[in-house]
Amino acid sequence: MVQTLSIAGYLAVKEVWRNRGRFLLVSLVIALITLLVLFIAALGEGLGNGNREYISKLNAELIVYQAKSDYLIAASRLGRDRLAAVRRVEGVADAGMLGTSSANLVLPGNVPALKVALLGVEPGHTGEPPVVEGRQLVTGLAQEVLIDSNTAYRSKLKVGDSVTLRVTQGTKDEFYELRIVGITAGQQYSLQPSIFAPFFTWDRIRPKSEAEVNISNPIANVILVKLEDGAQVDVVSQRLVQQVNNVETATLNTAIQALPGYSAQQSTLNTQGGFTLFIGILVIGGFFQIQILQKVAQIGVLKAIGTANHIVAAASVIQIVVITVIGVAIGALLSFLFSLTFPPTVPIVFNGTTSALAVVALLLIGPLGGLVSIRYAVRIEPLKALGLSS
Amino acid sequence: MGTAMNNYALETRSVIKTYQSDSGVIQAVDDVSLQVAAGEFVALVGPSGSGKTTMLSILAALLQPTSGQILLDGQDLAKMDDRERVLLRREKIGFTFQANNLVPYLSAVENVELMLRLNNRLDKTGKLRARELLARLGLGERMHNLPGQMSGGQQQRVAIARALIHNPSLVLADEPTASLDTERAYQVVETFAGLIHEQKRAGIMVTHDLRMCEFVDRVLQMRDGKLVRIYATRDEIMELVTGGRH
Repeated sequence: MVQTLSIAGYLAVKEVWRNRGRFLLVSLVIALITLLVLFIAALGEGLGNGNREYISKLNAELIVYQAKSDYLIAASRLGRDRLAAVRRVEGVADAGMLGTSSANLVLPGNVPALKVALLGVEPGHTGEPPVVEGRQLVTGLAQEVLIDSNTAYRSKLKVGDSVTLRVTQGTKDEFYELRIVGITAGQQYSLQPSIFAPFFTWDRIRPKSEAEVNISNPIANVILVKLEDGAQVDVVSQRLVQQVNNVETATLNTAIQALPGYSAQQSTLNTQGGFTLFIGILVIGGFFQIQILQKVAQIGVLKAIGTANHIVAAASVIQIVVITVIGVAIGALLSFLFSLTFPPTVPIVFNGTTSALAVVALLLIGPLGGLVSIRYAVRIEPLKALGLSS
Repeated sequence: MGTAMNNYALETRSVIKTYQSDSGVIQAVDDVSLQVAAGEFVALVGPSGSGKTTMLSILAALLQPTSGQILLDGQDLAKMDDRERVLLRREKIGFTFQANNLVPYLSAVENVELMLRLNNRLDKTGKLRARELLARLGLGERMHNLPGQMSGGQQQRVAIARALIHNPSLVLADEPTASLDTERAYQVVETFAGLIHEQKRAGIMVTHDLRMCEFVDRVLQMRDGKLVRIYATRDEIMELVTGGRH
């Protein structure tokens, strides 16, 4: 085994080194494919993250929707009576209302307003994200907000600053001034940076239709539920549906998959990534097949002088692995360097796990693409290759 | 017979090779028995289709005969499986071919060392021997050249060194002068013959160029798959060389 690897490695490395220009070209093609795959993966992660970040970071197990809302948060309407009912269900540790809407954050100077997700949460209850700076919200009616780190980065606002939100209520634009009391980690929702207001404040300042303007009956979209025992999701979910009128429940994962456009977006990007990998397999397979066809006689000589088939196969595999590893390394380095030039506002996130998976897939495309050529090399008959067959 | 057999490095007994074709059975090698002693250089000649290349392929353990025995150092090649034949080619046979002889990405010395490497015998002594052999073949200045940087004659000489470096029992050469001009062809075959005699190997050269038979000890002539004549004396061989007949 050691002897086989030693001879195969020697032949493979010598050939790569003596033809380094040609092999480097293939490595560069692999590097470009790597760059493309990693960016598609990072874009998928970035866009997905922008859509699901708040939901995925929730300290909750279940989301309660209005029945038949198809798990669409924006389509669900739940009043406070339902919150009380949810909190009474056995196994529920805590529950909080969540209201979602959009607003424009008016920034000083000539800077265009920043579109943000305006989320209404209940201070001290499930749904209020933890702050990394400043303090949590205190009461449901206070004129104060939390902003997420994305909002802070884009607006340059700090704890203690006042923010002006512009929203449309009825047919008029209304301006509300609130004070920032805390900054949370990234909590994007619907691809927008977020602002969290106490629920009753949110209900007062959120965009409203003409009919809603003078109604004071706070309606949330969904209720976020923290369980006493995270393993009891199914049981408590069943109880909620049975004991609370006209609701349906979903786990966080189901809720994320149901976010508008999320699944379609992710599957589109995954398909693109898959196709890019497939193209990589074809490119590498094509290159090595042509390469093997060009050196049939040479492999014939090697076999005629006593080189065993497993050495020929191992040399091909080592060669493919070497140039794939070099290509993927160059591609990964280029991706890293490019990623440094992107501002955090661009939805490209190099997540460790996703990138590692993409790199593993890329490392596999070389040997996969080369399988046909390796099989061809092993089947070369020295007699035919050397023109000795009649 | 039994006593005489032990003196031969290579002996074949009634070797037959048939092929099935659309027009019926083709007898490529027909009952060929021959012997080559250690230190003897033999030419296998014959017109196109005479079976000499098929015979060489059988002797090289690249092709199984339909029947018959091929004894190399007492081992019957015809009874070996694929793995054993690969091992035999690596350890006991040296080759030179018409063209594409060398591994193009290995230098001259690396090509020669490859045989030792394959046999797990590449040590300091082996490396020294490879260099000495190349120097003897007039390639002292070309050791680190790639095949593409050498002439056809130089490449053939590297192939000769590769064929001999691992001390094989049998050295086979298939048309070693086919791509060389006359002067270089003479040089190559003369060197080859000299080394075979000196190192006591059994050497067989297939050639269509009868002038090259000047340097061999015997000439085996084949026609229609049969061994039809053996030129064993110097006079007979020189008559063949000057007559130029197959």
